[in-house]
Amino acid sequence: MRWVALAVLGAGLLAVPAVAGRYELSVLILVFQFVLMGQAWNVMMGYAGQLSLGHALYVGLGAYVPALLWLHLGVSPLIGVFAGMAAAMLAAGVIGWLGLRFGIEGVYFALLTIAFAEIARVAFDHLAITGGAGGLFLPVTPEGRASWWMLDGGPVFFYYLTLGLAAGATGVVAWLARSRFGFLWRAVRDDPVAAEALGVNLFRARMQAILVSAAMASVAGVVVAFYYRNLFPGQVFDMSRSLELILAPIIGGLGTVMGPVVGAALLTPAGEALAALVQELGLDAPGVKAVAYGLLLIAVIWVRPSGIWPWLAKRLGVS
Amino acid sequence: MSALLAVEAVSRRFRGLLAVDAVSFEVAAGEIFAVIGPNGAGKTTLFNLIAGALAPSAGAIRLAGERIDGMRPDAIAARGVGRTFQIVRPFPAMTVRENIMVGSLMRTPTARDARVKAEAVMERMGFAALADRPAGALTLPDRKRLEVARALATEPRLLLLDEVMAGLRPTEVDGMVGVLREINREHGTTIVLIEHVMRAVMALAGRVLVLHHGARIALGTPAEVVAEPEVVRSYLGTGPIH
Repeated sequence: MRWVALAVLGAGLLAVPAVAGRYELSVLILVFQFVLMGQAWNVMMGYAGQLSLGHALYVGLGAYVPALLWLHLGVSPLIGVFAGMAAAMLAAGVIGWLGLRFGIEGVYFALLTIAFAEIARVAFDHLAITGGAGGLFLPVTPEGRASWWMLDGGPVFFYYLTLGLAAGATGVVAWLARSRFGFLWRAVRDDPVAAEALGVNLFRARMQAILVSAAMASVAGVVVAFYYRNLFPGQVFDMSRSLELILAPIIGGLGTVMGPVVGAALLTPAGEALAALVQELGLDAPGVKAVAYGLLLIAVIWVRPSGIWPWLAKRLGVS
Repeated sequence: MSALLAVEAVSRRFRGLLAVDAVSFEVAAGEIFAVIGPNGAGKTTLFNLIAGALAPSAGAIRLAGERIDGMRPDAIAARGVGRTFQIVRPFPAMTVRENIMVGSLMRTPTARDARVKAEAVMERMGFAALADRPAGALTLPDRKRLEVARALATEPRLLLLDEVMAGLRPTEVDGMVGVLREINREHGTTIVLIEHVMRAVMALAGRVLVLHHGARIALGTPAEVVAEPEVVRSYLGTGPIH
């Protein structure tokens, strides 16, 4: 039953570009990006209970490093993605080490993650090689002559790319959740003292979650760089980016495999529709999306504190 | 006697308070050993020192000859010390089976094998019917049993049980006594238990350590210990022993 539902969903998603226009595709690409980033954050917060409010740092490094390698050295982003991943994991390793070594936990750890994202924003603003505050631009190839190994293509190409990445991330989290990692992470999240008494090395378990999360987030960065083809430190590393990507997993259901998927599938189209509506009405209301997200977050936490998916799964009789 | 656990002049000070005061004793492999004493006598602190949740201010603790005092709790657990918490600490969002699997994972690399091992532990502890219940939804006696099950799943050489009988009905106490005896006999697991339920202590323990104000005031067989005037005065009182 579950596999049939997944197969139908998969077939449907694969067929979408045959019927959808550019706008619909662009919204779905955004949804998939948020699934990918949400899954990354879900590993760290949902499973291992480590709050990060600075995931824009890992997405940003995952964007800048492959973009720079491509611009300056002509390295394919399919290879550059691993360099970006390494950079994100290095940054996460430093933050994680500081937090875990010095017992900086909970909200204080979150402040540490914010601080590092801010440091990156300021630093990239002043680095010549990254184009500084003026931004980094990736030249566009005329459609038709674009090549997939340089991650250059039209909306249909990015639709399938991001769909694959979102599905892959969800698959990875599903596997992790049932593996040794998932059990130890949840134990550490629920009660670190009890977990330690059962032989769990807290530092190792938490660090693993932090590194996996950063690596996954960095992959989203490649899409950010090569789909939008311009990078500004003030946008990429902005705290609003870090906050935006945590909404889908919270609303969908933290520490569940499908939570970030359900959250992103609801939130992103709703936000886009609202923005379109406001524009249609001729209203000048920047930030209306943020207000709507905020209200939705409050509503969900009020009514379904553990998110939409656990409730939905029960209604549908799955898991 | 070949001591599995040797506690050598161990003290622990909390600011001005000497919670454990130069306590020494040895527990032989395969023994069932009880620690009794009034509330605040330092029993749980002693467990925390052995299990590594706290480091001693002075003294040494050895497990099979190796010094373990000051080691991290997970390192001590890996060396074969399983413990329960007096104030139970289940993983509330995980099911009973998953809670026990976390214990099994210490000796088992894969989740699949840990699940098989957890089934055996659940069988022994009578958890089959509650396997898929979230641990947060269990009653207190069930949570106490879960503490024991989880510690057992780590396949310990030395099992530290902190008041696992408290709050159990007399028939449940008998059941737990039976299970512990079985584990001790079948696997040779050494058990050190803190217990107020004297009925369980008398039934299980070969020897009893009595603590009062952090210090050892008696050590011997249950019969010897309850006959000591000092023990009667500080702990048992003059009423009938039940």
